[in-house]
Amino acid sequence: MTDLTKLSAAALADQLAAREVSSVEATQAHLDRIAEVDADIHAFLHVSDHALEVAADIDRRRAAGEELSPVAGVPLAIKDVLVTTDMPSTSGSKILEGYLSPYDATVVARARAAGLVPLGKTNMDEFAMGSSTEHSAYGPTRNPWDLERIPGGSGGGSAAAVAAFEAPLALGSDTGGSIRQPAHVTGTVGLKPTYGAVSRYGAIALASSLDQVGPVTRTVLDSGLLHDVIGGHDPRDSTSLTHAWPSFAAAAREGATGDVLRGLKVGVIRELPDSGFQQGVSESFRAALAAMEAQGAEIVEISAPHFEYGVAAYYLILPAEASSNLAKFDSVRFGMRVDVPGGTVEDVMARTRDAGFGDEVKRRIILGTYALSAGYYDAYYGSAQKVRTLIQRDFADAFAQVDVIATPSAPTTAFKLGEKIDDPLQMYLNDVTTIPANLAGVPGISIPSGLAAEDGLPVGIQFLAPAYQDARLYRVGAALEALLVDSWGGPLLDRAPALGANGGAR
Amino acid sequence: MSEITPDLVRHLGVLARIQLSDEEVERLTGQLDAIVDNIAKVSEVATPDVPATSHPIALQNVFRPDVAGGQLTPAQVLQNAPDAADGRFRVTAILGEEQ
Repeated sequence: MTDLTKLSAAALADQLAAREVSSVEATQAHLDRIAEVDADIHAFLHVSDHALEVAADIDRRRAAGEELSPVAGVPLAIKDVLVTTDMPSTSGSKILEGYLSPYDATVVARARAAGLVPLGKTNMDEFAMGSSTEHSAYGPTRNPWDLERIPGGSGGGSAAAVAAFEAPLALGSDTGGSIRQPAHVTGTVGLKPTYGAVSRYGAIALASSLDQVGPVTRTVLDSGLLHDVIGGHDPRDSTSLTHAWPSFAAAAREGATGDVLRGLKVGVIRELPDSGFQQGVSESFRAALAAMEAQGAEIVEISAPHFEYGVAAYYLILPAEASSNLAKFDSVRFGMRVDVPGGTVEDVMARTRDAGFGDEVKRRIILGTYALSAGYYDAYYGSAQKVRTLIQRDFADAFAQVDVIATPSAPTTAFKLGEKIDDPLQMYLNDVTTIPANLAGVPGISIPSGLAAEDGLPVGIQFLAPAYQDARLYRVGAALEALLVDSWGGPLLDRAPALGANGGAR
Repeated sequence: MSEITPDLVRHLGVLARIQLSDEEVERLTGQLDAIVDNIAKVSEVATPDVPATSHPIALQNVFRPDVAGGQLTPAQVLQNAPDAADGRFRVTAILGEEQ
């Protein structure tokens, strides 16, 4: 029998629809895989007790002839930033340990309605602040390619779960690269939709003008299938767009034919020179561009002079918004409370927040409080908002000349756990290529471009498109994916080391 | 150089309702100094003629009909409370003795 965990979500969905396999079998296979490898990977903070019941229900409904969604019965991992009624939601923080939401995030509700089977909640940097999952209050996730290395962040748990075949699909959130950078370092696919394309209702807010929920998968088509389930207008999120979106799975299928590459104009940013990237990262990036060029794409140098201010603007806007969003963890209505005998509610609050928040969260709250304080607001927060305008103008100028922009998804391959944990500034620079999309609200995708020659670790290529043009990313991503997988003779993840008791990855 | 001092960090902790230890204040002072030095470069290009962008996709006043709906029950509201009594959240004294 084929290993059900190795199938793409699309292939598994087809087998489920054809009744060649049951959802209970598929779900059990993934639960077994989690039991086998997750002690090493630690992608999950919580594994659902109800997954098999949910799967059995799907099987019953299918047997009864009910019309089900194309992905019904496929297992799904959910980033712990998304609230769920049947599993705890902590956002990777001690302050929310054991928190049980009275409602489901809209994307979770839509996933359930489509018959996806929630397997569990995935690990993440606390409140999505980080690029390595080392800031999780529950310990880091490890990269399936090398257990001594980071799986990226903040959504390292979701990326590692799909990379380690613990789930075919996962949900992520991307505030400055938290879907795309983990995809880059784990050899998987991640897409940050246009801001407002996917509901954020029930996503524990980090920075509200930047946060966006999106799919984390092993293939571009699988991302499209999941995006079709979770996307679209939600009246419960006032930033949700009313735009009518096309099918992203259809876009991915169309893209896989490769026709989209003929005459496609791909912008490469002059101000992001190869010297800023690890050699194997730029080599993989250049090779992917050459492969596209060979199929008729045109590589065009563009200028984005303000992208170099993106990280600085981001680390003003994000802490400012986070310091406000995280004020709700006040020890009164939910979450941790530290007793202070004889203390006032304010003493309890201050002691609780010191005990309940980790170092990175405190650092950013204090930084945000500083950036917003009287006398500094204009110089810092106000200036950062102007940089946002300048970056949006850079995008507008670029997209007047090209269809998509391409960059390496991150400057380096997966670094070692602990390597950057004591140097916040170095950690922040991981997101240099992903942040501009969040500041401008445009969509971005990261797909595997190969392995870096010097360390054999995965590298991702990022494509960016104008706002609302998410389907273009699926077309272009699927086209390049088809080319590369063909040239490799199989998916990149086939080359990842075996995991688990008999795998010998250690 | 920025002007991040231990006193300023301690004051920011008070504003943010985080009771930082002395060791935390010392560590944060050094780290924030380096971070602020780095991010202050936004002012190089943020000239007066550039308008600010607060929201990446401009939307205006999103309203819904003023109809009640989607309420939680009192039990749901209180289910995660650290302490509750009589259908309310319970906390310690709001005011200290000197207040």
